[in-house]
Amino acid sequence: MRDSITVSTDPTVRYLLRLADTCLIHAQRLGEWCGHAPIIEEDIALTNIALDLIGQARGILTRAGQLGGQQLDEDQLAFLRDERDYLNPTLVELPRGDFAIATVRNLMVAALLEPLWMRLQASSDAEVAAVAGKAVKEARYHHRHAADWLVRLGDGTAESRRRIETALDRLWPYSRELFEPDAIDEAAFASGLGPRWADLREPWMAAMRDAIDSAGLAIPAEKTFLSTGRMGIHSEHMGHMLAEMQYLQRSYPGGVW
Amino acid sequence: MMSASTERTARAWVVLDAVPDPEVPVLSVRDLGMVRGVDLADDGTLDVLLTPTYSGCPATEMIERSVIEALDAAGLGPVRVTLRRAPAWTTDWISDEGRRKLREYGIAPPTHVVGETVPIRIVRGAAVPAPSCPRCGSADTEQISAFGSTACKALWRCRTCGEPFDYFKPI
Repeated sequence: MRDSITVSTDPTVRYLLRLADTCLIHAQRLGEWCGHAPIIEEDIALTNIALDLIGQARGILTRAGQLGGQQLDEDQLAFLRDERDYLNPTLVELPRGDFAIATVRNLMVAALLEPLWMRLQASSDAEVAAVAGKAVKEARYHHRHAADWLVRLGDGTAESRRRIETALDRLWPYSRELFEPDAIDEAAFASGLGPRWADLREPWMAAMRDAIDSAGLAIPAEKTFLSTGRMGIHSEHMGHMLAEMQYLQRSYPGGVW
Repeated sequence: MMSASTERTARAWVVLDAVPDPEVPVLSVRDLGMVRGVDLADDGTLDVLLTPTYSGCPATEMIERSVIEALDAAGLGPVRVTLRRAPAWTTDWISDEGRRKLREYGIAPPTHVVGETVPIRIVRGAAVPAPSCPRCGSADTEQISAFGSTACKALWRCRTCGEPFDYFKPI
C-alpha cells in the first residue's frame, strides 16, 4: 500500500490543482459512460471528451508538480493525494446520473473552461500558457457539442424535456461555488498566472443563457446553497470515486500498462 | 557541397516523411505538420522538435518512439525528441500533400480554421462548415457525429452517393 502525499499550500500550486482537478475528475466521471451512453456516437463522444480532459489535466498537473518545491510527477498528484487535497468544484464529482445530467454538466464545465483557457493563454507561466493554447480549441469543441445536445433534449420530446429540466435544476446550484472569490484566485490574478474565476462568471452566464434560451428552457432560480469542493471539502461521493480511481496505484505502486 | 551536419538533418527530414501517424497511417508525422524542426545539437545529437496534436492523443508517446527508432535505424542517431506545445498545433499545418493523401484514403481533410476567438453562439439549425465528400466530391454532406473513431475525426455522410466518411476535425 502506498502512502499519501501532502501537497504544498502554495497558492500557485493550489490554483493549478483547481484547474487540473476540474479536468481530471470530470474526465473520470465521463469515463464511466464508456459502454453506457444512449447511442454509440455519444459513447465515443463522451470518452473522447474525457481523453482531451485527461491530456489537459496531465499538462497542468505536471506543471503544478514542478512548482511548490516538492518535485512531484503527474501520477503522484493524480493518484496519491487524499480527498481534502483535491480542489475540483463539487459539480464534477457528483455521480454520473442520466444522459441529461451528463449533457448539462458537460455544458457547465465547457462554458467555464473555455473562457478560463482563453485567458490562460496569456499566463505569466509559459508552460501553462502552452497547455492553454491547445486546450482552448478542445474546450470550444466540447462546448458546442454539449450545447447542441442541450437544445436537442430541451426541444425534443416531453420526456427529454422533463429530464433536461430536472438536470438543470439539480446541477445549477453547484455553479455558485465556481465564482466565489478567495485568496488563491487573488494571488493568481496578482501574479499574472491566471484570471480570478469570479471574473469568468459573465462569459459563463452568457454562454449558458445562450444555450438555455435556444433550448427553450429557463435559467433556474438562484439558491443560497454553496458547495465547497474548490476548498477541498467535498461531497460524500468524492471518497467513493477516489477509491476506484486510486485503487491500482495504491495497491500496485508504480504499476504501468 | 552540403556540410555533413546539413546532410544529416536533410536525410532526417526524408526519414520523417515515412514515419506514419499510428492512427491515420496514410499520413506521416511530417504531413501532419507535427515536426517543427530538426537541428544538430553541439553534442552531436539530432534534436527533433515535435508539437503534439491533441492534448489527450494516445498516439503521442508512440510517435515519439517511432521517430527515434526510424532515425536510429537510418543510422542518423543519437536522437532526442523535444515536445514543444507552443504555438499549439492546428490542422492548418497539415500539408497540401497530406490533404491529398487524406482525401485519397477516404478521409475528408479539415477545412481551414476560422473564428477561433469568436464567442460560440448556439443557433438552431445552423450548420457547421461542411466538408465535401472524399469519394464523389459532392458538397451535399451532413454530420452524423461530432466525434469519430479517433480524437481527430468526426463522422459525416454524403447525401449524394450515400456513403459515410471520416472528417478530420479542423482545430
